[in-house]
Amino acid sequence: MNRAIDLATRRIVSLVQWLHARLFSTWSSSLASLGILYLAWMLIPPLIDWAFVRAVWSPANASLCRDAIGRSACWAFVADKYRFILFGTFPFDQQWRPALTIAILIGLYMLSALRVRRSRIVSFWLIGMAAIGVLMWGGLFGLSYVENERWGGLTLTLLLATFGIGFAFPLSILLALGRRSDMVLVRWLSVAYIELIRGVPLISVLFMASAMLPLFLPAGVSIDKLLRAQIAMILFAAAYLAEVVRGGLQGIPRQQEEAAQALGHTYWQRTWYVILPQALRIAIPPLVNTFIGFFKDTSLVVIIGLFDFLTTIKVSLTEPVWTGFGVEAYLFAAFGYFLFCYPMSRYSQSLERYTVPARGIQMLKEN
Amino acid sequence: MLPESRRSAGTAGSSKLTWSLNQPRVRSIVYQALLAAAVGFAAWYFVFNAMENLMARRIASGFGFLSREAGFEIGETTLLSYNAGDTYLRALAVGLFNTFRVATLAIIFSTILGALIGLARLSHNWLVAKLAAGYIEGIRNVPLVVQLFFWYAVITESLPAPADALNPLPSVFLSNRGFAFPILASVVPIEMDSPQLHGFNFSGGGLLSPEFAALFLGLTLYTAAFIAEIVRAGILAVDPGQFEAACSLGLNQRQVMRFVILPQALRVIVPPVTSQYLNCTKNSSLAVAIGYPDLVSIANTTINQTGQAIEGIAIIMLVYLTISLAISCFMNWYNRRFALRGSKL
Repeated sequence: MNRAIDLATRRIVSLVQWLHARLFSTWSSSLASLGILYLAWMLIPPLIDWAFVRAVWSPANASLCRDAIGRSACWAFVADKYRFILFGTFPFDQQWRPALTIAILIGLYMLSALRVRRSRIVSFWLIGMAAIGVLMWGGLFGLSYVENERWGGLTLTLLLATFGIGFAFPLSILLALGRRSDMVLVRWLSVAYIELIRGVPLISVLFMASAMLPLFLPAGVSIDKLLRAQIAMILFAAAYLAEVVRGGLQGIPRQQEEAAQALGHTYWQRTWYVILPQALRIAIPPLVNTFIGFFKDTSLVVIIGLFDFLTTIKVSLTEPVWTGFGVEAYLFAAFGYFLFCYPMSRYSQSLERYTVPARGIQMLKEN
Repeated sequence: MLPESRRSAGTAGSSKLTWSLNQPRVRSIVYQALLAAAVGFAAWYFVFNAMENLMARRIASGFGFLSREAGFEIGETTLLSYNAGDTYLRALAVGLFNTFRVATLAIIFSTILGALIGLARLSHNWLVAKLAAGYIEGIRNVPLVVQLFFWYAVITESLPAPADALNPLPSVFLSNRGFAFPILASVVPIEMDSPQLHGFNFSGGGLLSPEFAALFLGLTLYTAAFIAEIVRAGILAVDPGQFEAACSLGLNQRQVMRFVILPQALRVIVPPVTSQYLNCTKNSSLAVAIGYPDLVSIANTTINQTGQAIEGIAIIMLVYLTISLAISCFMNWYNRRFALRGSKL
């Protein structure tokens, strides 16, 4: 009994100590704490009231939304349009296919974050990509064919980001190696490409793909809008990834290269078996960060009119029933992107904290 | 340039180059010749196609269109006067000026805000630190376009019409037509030009359009979150021994920061912050999404009207590359000026 009281007292004491140290240590600190608490007291209850307590949830009550505009949030908008926001204009009865695609992609992301062997991850991705291709296009196994103009919503956002990085990554390795090459022309072309792309906004690259690319193709040949945007995103991402990979390459001591050379390995053997495995390992956290940035950047396709997650939300707002609910709609959009980006950024932060440099480098540093 | 060891290996035994693909030097020349041929062919192919296509569409290539009449209005013109009868060149100049206007203001305010939030994130006060961390995570994990749309929606949908504008300070009005505020009309004697409600909108004083306000707000808040992280990392990069030494000299918190930590942290902070400035300028091109007439959005209108896609995009790229170059020149100058002299003291 005494011991219980003792424990409770100790807990209270430590709580008071914590409060004193972390909230009220000095006059200015106390003032800041009180100010924040006051603001929270003033702002949070009405906000909760607006967003949850009084909010309209059921799409059947669209008129209710209109009456209570400004006083209660209208989530009915999301409830009404969620199929369009998730899957775009994919045939309605076939929407289990993009749904499965989203599930596969998220599964693959999560799998990649776990420490599974590299060769396994690659084969999982290859199988997953093939499955996604079949699911989205169809035309096989009795699935009806769906042209990619009808892909959209969150599915499209995930596909753009995944395939964008997937194709940009090998290209970026070549660019990064090229930038460090002994061959003058290779080096100059790589530098010119990387700096040109990094110096201009993504929008101008997207405009280039949507307005300029058709001019560069022979008459009669046309590439659809989605593929053009995807190519632009790949070219854009490659330049940024190349700099990250180069950072990784620079982190590898020269002795590694020299030792491999002394063993008589060719350039590609040295690069493939000695340099890249170590360099990419160092580069993983910044690579994840670049991927987050790229994932966010896919939202720019709204400007050239592809129906990704953001565009479907924006287009839904133009329906007469739902005009004027932009605040709710974009809060929902922000929430959607956050749901993907935040876990990735936490993952990258945890990697930064725990990643041990490759063994070769550690040994070099110890000596 | 081949390293010495390889060059001698390539010509081992004789000073004459033997033409064999086993020679690294020969191989390098062959590879580069092949690459040059491939790049040259691709360039020729694209140019050839482009010329064919332009001819088929009867579009004259070249920058002659710049002196033609633009024929579209621009919602926002400050400093440079413009009307629909002016040339495309003038329209683009107005756009460029608008880009600079919003980017400069966003850079200034995001630097101040970012530095404050970065310091707040390191505060001993738990609430302050958590609030700053929440702000940074929240802003950084949401695309800027979404934030711009959000602010634009807040301004145009949630704020009242000019007739019942919010009036938080005397002569400052917030309405769905933008922000109206007084400006200094003359310095001696001090005279203010205050906005007055006329009909459906305000006149007199300064007026920020909803587009400008949303873009400025979004850009500032977004860039500030990134700058805050850089500031925090820069301060953490200073050796803790420096902090302890400064404290043991009897300096107070403010002095420690001002004279010991910040000068050292700035060396780490400035280069990445400069590249954030560059990002901020590039991000201002998202103006096109909410209809603020910046360079990209006017170039886009120009492309749509004239079909001069190549020239229009070339102009955009040229302008941004010039800005990038100027900023990286500044960065190099700064690094030279403030880098530690010698690696050891």
